[in-house]
Amino acid sequence: MTTQSDAHRVVQAFRRQRYNLADLALVLAAALTLLFGEYYLALAAFVVIMAIFALSLDLAQGYGGIESLGHAAFFGVGAYAAALYALHFSSEPVSGLLVAAVAAGVVGLVSGFAVLRTQGLTQLMLTLAIATLLYELANVAKAITNGDDGLSGYDVAPVFGLFQFDIYGYTGFVYAFVVLVLVYALLKKLVNSSIGQTAQGIRENQTRMRMLGVPVERRLWVLYTISAALAGVAGGLSAQINRIVGLDSLAFTLSANVVVMLALGGTGRLYGALFGAILFVVLSDRAAAIDPTNWLAVLGVVLILIVRYAPDGLAGFVARWSAKRGQK
Amino acid sequence: MTAALELQGLCKQFGQLKVTQDVSLTLEKGVRHALIGPNGAGKSTLVHQITGLISPSRGRVLLNGADITDLSPEKRVKLGLARTFQINSLFNRLTVAENIGLAISAREGRDGRLFSSITQSPELMDEAAALLHSLGLLDLADRVISDLAYGQRRLIEIALALALKPSVLLLDEPVAGVPSTEGARLFDLLERLPQDVAVLVIEHDMDLVFRFAQRITVLVEGAVLVEGSVKEVRADPRVRAVYLGERHHG
Repeated sequence: MTTQSDAHRVVQAFRRQRYNLADLALVLAAALTLLFGEYYLALAAFVVIMAIFALSLDLAQGYGGIESLGHAAFFGVGAYAAALYALHFSSEPVSGLLVAAVAAGVVGLVSGFAVLRTQGLTQLMLTLAIATLLYELANVAKAITNGDDGLSGYDVAPVFGLFQFDIYGYTGFVYAFVVLVLVYALLKKLVNSSIGQTAQGIRENQTRMRMLGVPVERRLWVLYTISAALAGVAGGLSAQINRIVGLDSLAFTLSANVVVMLALGGTGRLYGALFGAILFVVLSDRAAAIDPTNWLAVLGVVLILIVRYAPDGLAGFVARWSAKRGQK
Repeated sequence: MTAALELQGLCKQFGQLKVTQDVSLTLEKGVRHALIGPNGAGKSTLVHQITGLISPSRGRVLLNGADITDLSPEKRVKLGLARTFQINSLFNRLTVAENIGLAISAREGRDGRLFSSITQSPELMDEAAALLHSLGLLDLADRVISDLAYGQRRLIEIALALALKPSVLLLDEPVAGVPSTEGARLFDLLERLPQDVAVLVIEHDMDLVFRFAQRITVLVEGAVLVEGSVKEVRADPRVRAVYLGERHHG
């Protein structure tokens, strides 16, 4: 005989990504930045944009197990889409973000067709190849992208017609932060729902998922497309806030950086992406301020330390620490 | 009555190597059928042809009367064919409940839902609880697989297939590697498998085969040597020579 409490036990045994203290701390940090960090708002907006970008990669890599060294492809497509939209159609920012998401999503949908047929190193190389292809395409199509010089000179209208983008970056930061909160909430919902469980199942054991009757490729395709669209949102934000889109938004460096951010923060936990983006951007900025020539070495050392002592990233470290506390 | 699973003249050739030679086999609904044979007899290749990982060079595979020879493995599962693996094939970093949940949500066709989870369905959670309870694993529902003992994992290996509510179940060496101290629960589970499910068990353990099976097929060098009831197979001199003999002398 089973009882209602048995079913309850089973429900409890499903681990969910809940909102926790870390999330509250991050909101507080954002509020404090807004109040006291007026000289750092541009940097803070960049942190937020990278956080969204890293979250998008976490969905594909941390949950779905899709390896990518070319996620900048989607960031860049989103950025160019938002800039071109502002330049030729409308300077309204929210619809611009949607255009960025759709454009990047379509690229994810199409490239996913090839990428998701492979695994491991082959997959990594394919994502790299696709990003490089887009980079070169943007470089060659000067009539549209302005090549090396980048796209600029477009206007971005006030958000909802109310909030004008100011030179201090208040609006830019708040706007990006609100988008981050929305993206974060969407991802929490997704990873706790069936598709999130399915993604983890595929990451853990693709063969068995097939033998449970799951159409593995189709599920990954959905996941990859959503991931691409969210990366596109990050790119679109970058285009709108910085008022310039260059080839670097499609570059390998950006793809590699976001992988490092996720490694620092920890995959498969969402808030790891937030930790990683903050750590990476702030550390790079401070290190570069102190030593403009050798600052990358600092990042290298931190990465080595994290990989050695906290292989699951900061988020994994925090999770283990709080699990230990919970046992006491 | 249509058979639950029917193999009609399956042949598989890799170049000149004939791994499956004209194998025909019928599993009636609810039957307990064992497939035995020495190493290299082509048991695995045959299983792959049934599950769809390998397509046969010739012959047909019918599931509940429907021709599934050209269907993908996933589609076959959807039509009621489930299997377990000789080497545990679980989701090691997920909890026991999450493992079972994956199978249930796949069966229900809910595995692609973006905004809902099966934890919201009281019926499905009751079902998962009942399944875990019947295996004596309810207390371990929140443990991740990699924390479990080997015998417990073996139970979950079968539970995942059972959660699919199949009409045909392939068990690939279900007791392989389980120490005799942990085997009781597993034997118990095998004997309590749902009566309407046709079970094909591939096994080396003769005690289990003779205890569990109603019919036995002996495969040697890719071809069916003998098929019959347990009694017939035990008495067959060719089987004793090829298979049982080796064991008894060895």
